[in-house]
Amino acid sequence: MKKLLYRHETYVLLVIIVLAIVITAINPSFFTVENLFDLLKSTSLMGTFAIGMLFVLISGGIDMSFTAVATVTGYTIAVLLLKHGDSMNMALVFLVAGGLGILLGMLNAVFIYFFKIPSIITTIATQNIFYGLLTVVSEGKWLYGFPEWFDEFSSIRVFTLYSETGAPYGLSIITVIWFVLLVISWFILKHTVLGRSIYAMGGNIGSAQRAGFNIFGLTLFVYGYMGLMAGIGSVIQALLVQTVAPNSLVGKEMDVIAAVVLGGASLMGGTGSIPGMILGVSLIAILSNGLTLMRVPSQWYEVVIGLVIIISVGVSAYRRKKITRKRVITESN
Amino acid sequence: MTVPFLSLKRVSKQYAGVTALDSVDFELQKGEIHCLVGENGSGKSTMIKIISGTIDPDPGSIIEIQGEPVQNYKAINAIDKGIQVIYQDLSLFPNLTVAENIALCELVGDHKRYVQWENMKKIAEKAMARINVSLPLDALVGEISIADQQLVAILRSLTRDVNLIVMDEPTASLTKHEVDSLLAVVKDMKAKGITTMFVSHKLNEVLQIADRVSVIRDGKMIGVYPAHELNDKKLTFLMTGKKVEYRNFTPELKSNVPILECRDLSRAGDYKDISFDLRPGEILGITGLLGSGRTELALSLFGITKPDKGEILINEKNVKIRSVQDALKFGIAYVPEDRHVQGLINVQPVGDNIIITTIDSLVNKFRLIDKKKKRERIQQLVENLAIKIPGVDSPVQTLSGGNQQRVVLAKWIATNPRILILDGPTIGIDIAAKFSIHEIIRELAKQGIAIILISEEIPEVFNNCNRVLVMRKGIIVREFDTAKVTMDEIQDYVNGTF
Repeated sequence: MKKLLYRHETYVLLVIIVLAIVITAINPSFFTVENLFDLLKSTSLMGTFAIGMLFVLISGGIDMSFTAVATVTGYTIAVLLLKHGDSMNMALVFLVAGGLGILLGMLNAVFIYFFKIPSIITTIATQNIFYGLLTVVSEGKWLYGFPEWFDEFSSIRVFTLYSETGAPYGLSIITVIWFVLLVISWFILKHTVLGRSIYAMGGNIGSAQRAGFNIFGLTLFVYGYMGLMAGIGSVIQALLVQTVAPNSLVGKEMDVIAAVVLGGASLMGGTGSIPGMILGVSLIAILSNGLTLMRVPSQWYEVVIGLVIIISVGVSAYRRKKITRKRVITESN
Repeated sequence: MTVPFLSLKRVSKQYAGVTALDSVDFELQKGEIHCLVGENGSGKSTMIKIISGTIDPDPGSIIEIQGEPVQNYKAINAIDKGIQVIYQDLSLFPNLTVAENIALCELVGDHKRYVQWENMKKIAEKAMARINVSLPLDALVGEISIADQQLVAILRSLTRDVNLIVMDEPTASLTKHEVDSLLAVVKDMKAKGITTMFVSHKLNEVLQIADRVSVIRDGKMIGVYPAHELNDKKLTFLMTGKKVEYRNFTPELKSNVPILECRDLSRAGDYKDISFDLRPGEILGITGLLGSGRTELALSLFGITKPDKGEILINEKNVKIRSVQDALKFGIAYVPEDRHVQGLINVQPVGDNIIITTIDSLVNKFRLIDKKKKRERIQQLVENLAIKIPGVDSPVQTLSGGNQQRVVLAKWIATNPRILILDGPTIGIDIAAKFSIHEIIRELAKQGIAIILISEEIPEVFNNCNRVLVMRKGIIVREFDTAKVTMDEIQDYVNGTF
């Protein structure tokens, strides 16, 4: 019980529960299976980005360029779909987007490792370069009208239920993709030497170096993984809205970083977990969904998000401080 | 004599023309506890690096392990030969559990792919069983005590076959009690045939259990001595090449009116019922273990924390010290325990660090900083405290520990304090520098400043103070007149074994 109070995640969960009760009291349609599946589907995009961000934050870095990477990969597959759509399939789309994402992510890693530029500077720079080049090439044009099979894939449901009005709903394939990524990433972080090495590196990079960890390899992996998630995310985005717009993602980095930090990851590196991250992403998702259901004007959305972050991060930091203080005193006695 | 486990023969090392090691001979017998002592910059770290294979010695140097000369000796060869180095910073991962810290490096070294948490615990338990210690395996390393962290670092090196453990300044941040348990562990390792090499710039408890001591000075090996033949005085002479004699401190009291009085000062969880007085020209020592309340009391006197009850009198007037600004107004200055975190702005030049406390008095009529005044003030303080610096523009972090501490002192002396609180003023400083800091402190007392010297090192308070307060669990257990007591008596009160 004490351990639970010590954990940041407990507070996020608490906030989620309170929020769910309040929203349901105002608009009962929040607490329905239909809304849940809907929420899961639309959250998959941010949730996928958040996986990559979690890896980067645990390793002690940060990536501001992933939205630009996702814009580049998204635009690339959109162009390919429009030109050669009939000879392509879903696997190929994921392969191209993911592969290109990994490459761009690793480029970040190379800059960060060899030139020892702090990751925040490096990735702000590469964000501008990737996004700038794309704007030049694309001339800011929106792309749509993808092949029918691409649209059909997005509406695949693992099982289907019908609402009272007869409208079909269910667990979307997009949500399933996110879930699979979550499980794989959880396994990497928790049960592989690679994953634990990422934590170790984020905890104390100097010690990791002395202990013989391959720091370059780890950096490549972490930013490559972030790139992969950006690539897959761009496909999810295209599936969800069936449109690729060069300006739809850049600028949304902060939401993702906030969600991951809310889930217990530290900007100082070394901490964070997949379950925590899921809570963080859920809180942001429920909040925005709930505000819409409660008919709060959308202008208030950001104010509320900010307040929730301050409150939940603040409360757990305060609790932690108190507990650590108590422990120091009892130990010295 | 048997073949030594490791021997260095005529080992030299030059860095860009500067000789760090000059034809050093050094031997470690199997299973012995060996101390290498020397001042900062004497070549100790270079020796560690050569033994651990992280740097190459100059051509002509010979390294032999178990009688066999080794060629092209690298870190990986050292690990293969069972040589492990525990650095002063311990190189642990604060965010991982005890079990992981112990086992992870081995898993990485063996190119394992997956982590079995149960297996990790087994590795950790095996290592713990080897030296009869027990730590909570699931606790985060960042949340256990420094002493336990040290054990984790030792345990980590025990997961493989280890013949020699080199410990760099292992006791620097441990309390007396913790040092004792560390020494017990080392004795245990000795019984298992593991050689231990302590490297230190301090004369410390480690000497009690050492078999032999090698002394290094200015890159040259001065000699190897059986530990029981050495005492503090002799060792200090060997390390510094200078005779240093302590004279006991007798204050020249300027007046009998106390400048500072505390009456029944208490703060829950920190200290309780503290009463003492302090006269100008006195050096009052406060000693006690970490967490005894010594630093917490100082923080209250400097206005950082508020006492719950009790009175503070300055010049016989009841005052409230609510903030650091208040404390400065009353002429109180505080030199903190951790100079890097609390005392200095490391990347800033020496000069700017010195004047930071008095910058308000250096402005001209346009409220801008008067460059000339600033230069003069800095020059004067640098000379007064004999700070050795390449120039006032060099960043503080490039100075040695002793000179950094002088900069901190200078910065507070600039405020012309009437009460100066020094918290662990010589932590991490080598002996020669330490003595000169003591000289400065005595000189300040002579000028009529009332000084509170807080230190964990009993010789430090014993030799420099006329009175010593011993704190334990937040209360003052005893006040001593240093002329009428021995160091051992004070030690007993500190440990609570009276």
